[in-house]
Amino acid sequence: MKLGSLSRRLGLAAMAILFVAACGSSSTAAGATNWATTTSASAGGGMAALVAAAKAEGQLNVIALPPDWADYGDLISGFTAKYGIPINSVNPNGSSQQEVDAFDGTPNAPDVVDVGQAVALNNTAKFAPYMVSTWGDIPAGAKEPTGLWFNDYGGYMGIGYDSSKVPTITAVSDLLGAAFKGKVALSGDPTKSNQGLNGVIMAGIASGGTLDDVSKGVAFFHSLKQAGNYVPVVCTAATVKAGQTPVCFEWDYLSASHGKDVSTWKIFVPTTAIIGGYYSQAINKAAPHPAAARLWEEYLYSDAGQNFWLKGGARPVRMAAMTSAGTINATYAAALPQVPGTPQVPTGAQTAAASSYVVANWSQAVS
Amino acid sequence: MVVLLAVGAFFLAPLGAMFEFSTRGNAINAPRTLEGWAQVYQTPGLVRGIIVSLELAVITPLAMLVLLVPTMVWVRLRLPRLKRIVEFICLLPLTVPAIALVVGLKPIYVWIEINISPETQVLAFAYLILVLPYSYRTLDAGLAAIDLKTLSEAARSLGAGWLTVMLRIVVPNMSSAILNASLLSVALVLGEYTIANLLNFQNLQVEIAYVSLTTSNTATAVALGSLLFAFVLLLVLSFVGRTRGRRTRAEEILPSSASSAGIWGQRV
Amino acid sequence: MGAVPFFAYVGLFLLLPTAIIVVGSFFTKDGTFTLANFSDINKPYIIKSFTNSLIISSVSAVVGAVVGAVLAYAVVTGNPNGILRRLVTSAAGVLAQFGGVALAIAAIATLGSAGFVTQFLLDRGINIYANGLWIYDPPGIILVYLYFQIPLMVLVFLPALDGLRPQWREATESLGGSTWHYWRHVAGPLLAPSFLGCTLLLFANAFSAYATVAALLTQGGVYITLEIQNLLTSETEQTQPGLAQALALTMIVIVVIVMSLYTLLQRRTSKWLQ
Repeated sequence: MKLGSLSRRLGLAAMAILFVAACGSSSTAAGATNWATTTSASAGGGMAALVAAAKAEGQLNVIALPPDWADYGDLISGFTAKYGIPINSVNPNGSSQQEVDAFDGTPNAPDVVDVGQAVALNNTAKFAPYMVSTWGDIPAGAKEPTGLWFNDYGGYMGIGYDSSKVPTITAVSDLLGAAFKGKVALSGDPTKSNQGLNGVIMAGIASGGTLDDVSKGVAFFHSLKQAGNYVPVVCTAATVKAGQTPVCFEWDYLSASHGKDVSTWKIFVPTTAIIGGYYSQAINKAAPHPAAARLWEEYLYSDAGQNFWLKGGARPVRMAAMTSAGTINATYAAALPQVPGTPQVPTGAQTAAASSYVVANWSQAVS
Repeated sequence: MVVLLAVGAFFLAPLGAMFEFSTRGNAINAPRTLEGWAQVYQTPGLVRGIIVSLELAVITPLAMLVLLVPTMVWVRLRLPRLKRIVEFICLLPLTVPAIALVVGLKPIYVWIEINISPETQVLAFAYLILVLPYSYRTLDAGLAAIDLKTLSEAARSLGAGWLTVMLRIVVPNMSSAILNASLLSVALVLGEYTIANLLNFQNLQVEIAYVSLTTSNTATAVALGSLLFAFVLLLVLSFVGRTRGRRTRAEEILPSSASSAGIWGQRV
Repeated sequence: MGAVPFFAYVGLFLLLPTAIIVVGSFFTKDGTFTLANFSDINKPYIIKSFTNSLIISSVSAVVGAVVGAVLAYAVVTGNPNGILRRLVTSAAGVLAQFGGVALAIAAIATLGSAGFVTQFLLDRGINIYANGLWIYDPPGIILVYLYFQIPLMVLVFLPALDGLRPQWREATESLGGSTWHYWRHVAGPLLAPSFLGCTLLLFANAFSAYATVAALLTQGGVYITLEIQNLLTSETEQTQPGLAQALALTMIVIVVIVMSLYTLLQRRTSKWLQ
């Protein structure tokens, strides 16, 4: 009898929990803007409405944004300080591919992503179009016309190295030498990471290839592995600081931030192979917090946001427009890493082709 | 003796190295610093991971006990023919590697995250399965040591309901087996990485892995800390197992070998 | 009945996932039966991952078994209730947990290019990585795996060693046999099934291991558990959904076979050594 009444009570409790959970899902009030399909702040009722809706959502999910990457640390804390919306930042060293792979339809999925060109072009079906207020300042080639993705900041691919551990690098082919045994790393898996892919492209061009043919790049890393110089570890702030990866293929703005951790850190950009690359912002079509996602984009493309990226050593996409308008931070602009020549920037098609080649041949080359 | 010393050095070296690594200063000849350890509190992800894993370490053993103890008692008393089946099922998780199991768990968890809760605590559902094998063996050894039939019949004839029998007769008599099983569950939950990582959750080990890519000092400090914590936990376990009077060799060894056989699959 | 909650729960969280894996391996997205997923396993890098995983599992199992058995014997010859035995069994219990992220971090801290032992030896003129950074290659992985294989062997082999009765040794000696005779004709054959069984357990352990190698080789490596992770989280999953399931099923089959052999061998042992 006691067991019977107990189980009855448990059953009621279980039903109550399920009931509350079911009701817990938010319902939009009749007539309110559905921010998930709104394509600009003005279309949704203005910035004030956007801010209010974002605050009501209460959180923003981001992914793969290390704090020392183009000064995302300041951007994240700045956003939370300004709007009071906490940011849930997961998998800081994730790759571009992992970012879109995290769109798993659950409430833990990221709201926005910052990905490389190849991944952006491949996944437009998963994005929601949105045009930030400063849309006009973004050059035409740097954005998808309906707002599915838009470039945010860029830099140049270089080889960062600890000059106290390896000799000065004057050419990419130096890395095949005996002094670099077990020391050279990529900053991401080139089959998934934009940075890794551009590292391979750069190595390819420096070895005599072209933007349309990345096979020499993959062959270079194969030789690197054969020589015993390649380390199968992703080089990050931690591995650089700990000395695990004294030589690293990475963006120039990341080398700048590593220079703060390791005083002898230098960067080498080959004059024949200056590869420039931009990253792109995109909003998850099924974002758990659509208004917060859009507010974040507005923040990133505001003068304050763009200047934070500049502070991190990257070149923000609105730089030309802001320089004419005088809103660019001159100190940060002057501190940008130097570029020793004319850069080459792979087009979307070239990056996509390079990516397919690498995906098909990388495992074989470095196994 | 030489063998023991050599092996001892082999195993202690990495622990010492971890401590040394976690206290390295920034520049080449910088002084040693405990900054890595202090930073743990300032890394919100780590703190969150520690809290979530501790919560899971409480939920999982509780859920395991609620699920297993009544079932095992019931099977022993009323359905002895089911014993083999229950035993087989409880040992099944040993043969399904976690990495393989998670392939099948993924679609189930997408449903759970949308319809029940997206919080990390839902990992408890999967963890319960992982702790089954050696929880079962430990609890089974404990149940075997008491004369369940007589005790329960005596209690029932005196008018006790089933709940009273469970809570006031069975549980106190197998308290050390229950404690064993619970502590082993805790050790497993705290060390679990595979399932959490592949289901895109952030528990303690996943956060340590993230941090190890950003600040190796802090990551090494937390890893060493969690290892020492598990060590203390299991040390406590080994003393609890010896407090009861006469125990046969099999019972003494069974929990520890069952524990190792059970936990390895998930930690490694 | 009282056992329903248990079966329902296990059915949902253990049997259902396994069914999903089995179904996913044999059926395409549209529901047609296919063996294509298994033929996809024939790709060179997947074959290489299986080979690598099998190699590191076998080697670490055999070496771990031998060293662990020797260590267990050293412990068992001492006082059964002494401090040494308690210390070693507790330590072994802890170290058998020593896996995953913590072990990878420890490996880097000890033997990484900037690790303690590496630097220590470098300062004395010995460069262990003169011929390449082997810590990330199979030899290094095997060494790292030994850190939980040896303690595991100690824990699971100790009961078998305990079962050796001193009377058998005395009997051998009284019949004129030497130590060699004892091991060759008495203890050896008795312990062989258990030793073999424990080696198989170690093999299954290493084969299933994911966390350690994932945390160590952050750039990815050619091991089957990492391949499964790769397939689960990459876009190729969209075009080849069954491949991950096929690989998972293959892994399960291998481990099931190994564990069944282990159980059989343990039963043979327990007959004699109870």
